[in-house]
Amino acid sequence: MVKVRLWGSLRQAADGETEVEVKAKTFKELLDRLVETYPGLEPQIRRGVSLSLDGVIYREAWFTEIRPDAEVVLMPYMTGG
Amino acid sequence: MKSIPVSTTINGDPYEFLCAPDETLLDALRNRLGLTGAKEGCGTGDCGACSVTLNGRLVCSCLVLGAEAEGAEIATIEGMADGDELHPLQRHFIDHAALQCGICTPGILVAAKSLLEKNPDPTDEEVRYWLAGNLCRCTGYDKIIRAVQAAAAEMRGA
Amino acid sequence: MSLDEYQKREFKQVGTRVRRPDGVDKVTGRAMYGADATAPGMLTGRILRSPHAHARIRSIDTKAAEALPGVKAVLTGADLPAQEDDFIRDVQDNCMARGKALYDGHAVAAVAAVDAATAKAALKLIKVDYEILPHVTEVDVAIKPGAPVVLAGRSLENVPAGMSENVTSHCEFGHGDPAKGFAKADRIVERSFRTAATHQGYIEPHACLASVSSDGKADLWCCTQGQYFVRTLCAAIMGMEASQLRVTASEIGGGFGGKTTVFIEPVALALSRKAGRPVKIVMTRDEVFRATGPTVHTSMDIKIGMAKDGRITGAEAHLRYSGGAFPCGTVDMGAQAAFAAYDLDNVRTYGWNVLTNRPKEAAYRAPGAPQAIYAVESVIDELCQDLGLDPIDVRLKNAAKKGTKSSYGPTFPDIGLVATLEAAKKHPHYSAPLAEGQGRGISCGFWFNFGGNSCVSLNINTDGTVGVTEGNPDIGGSRASISLMAAEELGIDYDRVRTIVADTSSLGYNDVTDGSRVTFAVGLATIKAARAAVRVMCERAAKIWGIDADAVEWKDGAAVPAGPNAGKFPPMSLAEIAAVSFETGGPIAGHHEVNVDGAGVSFGVHIVDVEVDKETGATKVLRYTVFQDAGKAVHPSYVEGQMQGGAVQGIGWALNEEYIYGADGRLQNPTFLDYRVPVASDLPMIDTVILEIPNPGHPYGVRGVGETGIVPPLAALSNAVSRSAGIRLSELPMSPPRVLKALGGS
Ligand code: FES
Ligand code: FES
Repeated sequence: MVKVRLWGSLRQAADGETEVEVKAKTFKELLDRLVETYPGLEPQIRRGVSLSLDGVIYREAWFTEIRPDAEVVLMPYMTGG
Repeated sequence: MKSIPVSTTINGDPYEFLCAPDETLLDALRNRLGLTGAKEGCGTGDCGACSVTLNGRLVCSCLVLGAEAEGAEIATIEGMADGDELHPLQRHFIDHAALQCGICTPGILVAAKSLLEKNPDPTDEEVRYWLAGNLCRCTGYDKIIRAVQAAAAEMRGA
Repeated sequence: MSLDEYQKREFKQVGTRVRRPDGVDKVTGRAMYGADATAPGMLTGRILRSPHAHARIRSIDTKAAEALPGVKAVLTGADLPAQEDDFIRDVQDNCMARGKALYDGHAVAAVAAVDAATAKAALKLIKVDYEILPHVTEVDVAIKPGAPVVLAGRSLENVPAGMSENVTSHCEFGHGDPAKGFAKADRIVERSFRTAATHQGYIEPHACLASVSSDGKADLWCCTQGQYFVRTLCAAIMGMEASQLRVTASEIGGGFGGKTTVFIEPVALALSRKAGRPVKIVMTRDEVFRATGPTVHTSMDIKIGMAKDGRITGAEAHLRYSGGAFPCGTVDMGAQAAFAAYDLDNVRTYGWNVLTNRPKEAAYRAPGAPQAIYAVESVIDELCQDLGLDPIDVRLKNAAKKGTKSSYGPTFPDIGLVATLEAAKKHPHYSAPLAEGQGRGISCGFWFNFGGNSCVSLNINTDGTVGVTEGNPDIGGSRASISLMAAEELGIDYDRVRTIVADTSSLGYNDVTDGSRVTFAVGLATIKAARAAVRVMCERAAKIWGIDADAVEWKDGAAVPAGPNAGKFPPMSLAEIAAVSFETGGPIAGHHEVNVDGAGVSFGVHIVDVEVDKETGATKVLRYTVFQDAGKAVHPSYVEGQMQGGAVQGIGWALNEEYIYGADGRLQNPTFLDYRVPVASDLPMIDTVILEIPNPGHPYGVRGVGETGIVPPLAALSNAVSRSAGIRLSELPMSPPRVLKALGGS
């Protein structure tokens, strides 16, 4: 299981939690499990999310490996100028 | 509107062209003569990207009519280097990284050259005020001022 | 990408100030920008724009325009296809209105004619029947229930019920409990701020040349930060296959985020398709201001509690951003960046995006961050003043560092804020004496930086030179940096490498030149492409020597036997291997395609001294120093250039630049005369201190540097004005009239 930190406004879609646990070994699995477990998260995930893994931000990268003790934070999809 | 025939000298070479009465010198240079070195940043005299000299005077070519070039001597960025030999200002702009995107560069070089012809040893303040009509959005002007001063020093020494 | 990319090394070329490859072309006027291209039979395109802030388009009568001799095509929104996808539809509708004109300057029709005069005359003959609707241009008005609705039905599921339909999204970030934090504070400051929309202000107006032929193939030349993204958008809008549309990026006269999307490109393509001839469109400056991307304008409430010793005990921000007439996510970035510089136990930010009748926002350096950080850094400064604390000490006390749980969620890896603050504190500028009436301000700044999709092809020519092909328009010297990294990795001279920017048909997809990504991500792909070529060269040498490829390594630009067991052979240089490449198996190349992650976040600290003229309200910037963590500075001059350019754009934002709307909803100042960007005589030298804290996610330790520099000036200037004139402004820009008003009231 990996712990995933959600940002505040996703709480309502995740039973009021800002930290949820899902079983996943990769970024892709993580997103799939999140959508299965919390269908309310689907619109945001479809619009795009970034993922911070141990402090490093990933924007796509489905197959990024997630170790069970990793710090995983979901973030909105990021763009720059 | 009938076109006006214009005979002029640009960078020392004779040119003849036809232009509309309301056509700017900038448009004539760029669209009729293929001299696209002068840029249009605003068309209203506010950015200096179109700077050229007309009979030795620094002007915004977007505010000059093509017809006013009749019988005049015009200098543009295309005439600044002597063949392969860059003008010291051009060389120092490259060496001092005084350009990022480079769109303001032709206008600033033309303006700086005209400053140094009048005042070979300007203070930083004088350079800044002279170039106040030439907008650069990329560099913050720091490296431009340094490049102009380095070129001025070299030209004074030569 | 991982955090173990970086390996410490001695650089031979990276870090030197070489001449850029496009320098001569740019100082001689030879470089070709967007408006400098022509094509045989080319027509001139012009766009008709709405004079109304908000109006229903009942009908458009184009007959008279079409009948004018010399007019070859007329286009309206009805000529473009209906789009399923919200994002594409917004981009398309912004290029050409359909149904409603949403802001002053919104395109409603276009013509292509044999020359500019005919095109202009044709625009006058187009009759648009408008039904004028009530408009709203201010975020604080648009957010209220009952405000005129700009676009209906665009609110996301995360918007709380009961708000105006103009509110399209809501976000919340943070941890801990601010209320608990405030309870522990010795002093709490709560303030509201507003920032005006500003424009990127690139000196080159948008320009493009489109040519669609009758067999469906198309070429597009344009000034853009990303030719591939232009292709994606235009192909979708035109219903074309990507392979049929080749987009070539011209030299680009500035972008700063504003050239990351399309405005005129689909219009030129559609006109060209209709007319059967090439069409060129060049925007006027007025069009650039009225119809291309300004930033969001904002209204913000900040509350911060501080203990007597300077420790921040609780922090909260409410951010209301408006990116104009279409939804945008910029407030998310602002809400994440607001408190990113600090290590806080109790922090919360809330953000709302609100529609207004203004042009669609486009990215501008660190989009969303300067505004929120301006507000936060202003309040922190006020707390420092109230509690009599040194502003750098307070920031050091609260600074985020390795292991800090950031206000936006992740725990920071190695970051450079403390080092940057310490450098600022030690710098002579910080302790230099100030004269009477002068004030010194500081501010921190932060930006995420991104990586992204990058392709690089590197060809070894038979004469021992190297061609690098990459796909990102060079805005500020990136070709020089890419060449430097290739030369470094290959062990050859910089002058032997030439880097070019490819069109969309010559290389795989590259993300836009944005997010400070190019030197980092394209640099990484270049290094890996060079390593791939080195592998091939080692194999060739191994074949020639008759030894195992594993027994060959690359050293100082040559293949050498690896260790004594490999045999004794004199080194074979790149040039020697290249010279016999046809005989040893064929041309040699290396390439690398990747979606790079692992860009390191970047912090900056700015110090500024100002003097406020109490007669005129004008603020004079006397001295300015930028401190920024750049990771390895590949070409220090262009790193400094990014820091200086960003700082000066921030100074303009702080002191002068603003979009001013009249009661009629029309933009009042769409010229450089009235929208005043900083000029040379406004400024002192901008001193720079580059800190090189290696980014673990890049082989050479490179971070992005392009964006962070615009973040700190807003608050640094505001804080300096406060200390110079004893007034605390809470609205940007601090233009002379606003300063005078504040002085009068104090
Ligand atoms: S184009 Fe002539 S001054 Fe701007
Ligand atoms: S270098 Fe880009 S405007 Fe001056």
